[in-house]
Amino acid sequence: MLKTDNFLIYLLLMAGVTYLVRMIPLVLIKKKIENKFILSFLHYIPYTVLSVMTVPAIFYASSSPISAALGFIVAVIIALFERSLLEVAASACGAVLIAELLIKYI
Amino acid sequence: MTNVSKRKQYIKGFLNGLPIGVGYLSVSFAFGIFAIANGLTSMEAVLISMSNLTSAGQLAAVPIIAGGGAFVEIIISQLIINLRYALMSISLSQKLHKSVKLFERFLIAFGNTDEIFAVAISNPSDVTSFYMYGLITTPFLGWSLGTLLGAVAGNILPKIITSALGVAIYGMFVAIVVPVIKREKNTALCVASAIVLSCAFKYIKPLSNIPSGFVVIICAVVASMVFALIAPIKTETEVQYNA
Repeated sequence: MLKTDNFLIYLLLMAGVTYLVRMIPLVLIKKKIENKFILSFLHYIPYTVLSVMTVPAIFYASSSPISAALGFIVAVIIALFERSLLEVAASACGAVLIAELLIKYI
Repeated sequence: MTNVSKRKQYIKGFLNGLPIGVGYLSVSFAFGIFAIANGLTSMEAVLISMSNLTSAGQLAAVPIIAGGGAFVEIIISQLIINLRYALMSISLSQKLHKSVKLFERFLIAFGNTDEIFAVAISNPSDVTSFYMYGLITTPFLGWSLGTLLGAVAGNILPKIITSALGVAIYGMFVAIVVPVIKREKNTALCVASAIVLSCAFKYIKPLSNIPSGFVVIICAVVASMVFALIAPIKTETEVQYNA
């Protein structure tokens, strides 16, 4: 159990920083950017950020790297078929669950 | 905009956001479990989710809060981990319809998550404020409700289930990235180089001593800058794709 007043300061700080990071560029930049380098950079950035956050962190997200790797492979395959976010995430979880049951009982 | 078209835009956004909302429900469930396991109360976990609406930042903050870490540690960790949102907000600023007013940008900014951003920019045309409000609605509700459910019910679930839920958030990231790199060779190469860098920072000393928040920024920025130089996108219409 945390001291309530301390928690509120943590909450305010993290919510404040997260909001400012999102808000400042969105409010300040109103013109269309035409610089080809910046446009290209902005095109690549969401995909590189998400990929870097996923690999290799996903391999440590479940009880064993083997089950997590299997979950990752299944997610990539389902995503190649362009299924929804939910279907891909659920398949990954399902694969991890099955892998861990197999590891546990076989 | 007329009220009818506002409503239409809201509903369109709402429907596009529905799968994100359901996905968030399961991912934030895992966050709720995690927060309780670290000694936070259900109320505290839900307040964090409602006010932050971000996965990685919240995951990093919980141990700091639970361990009574320095306030400056919270600030720096959130700044670094969430700095990618600044890049996404710059990108989203280019995608907002000219009818979007200044005060609406303040509201939309709150909901600019990885997945909401990805769906918004994958629209063939510029997005309106009411489309964005609709898009943000279910993810916000799903994220808050899932946290509550995980915090309250998490302890009941067997460990094998909570372990499986741990990959849910990464599954969503995969679902966003893979369809795009399937279509765009340069983006695929760029992502591949970013991943090589990211693994180098994880496994090669002394690079592995760098905190993970910094690693995300360094790898993503370096790979994206290099590819922006050697493989610039052609025109705006050529980079459109569907969600």
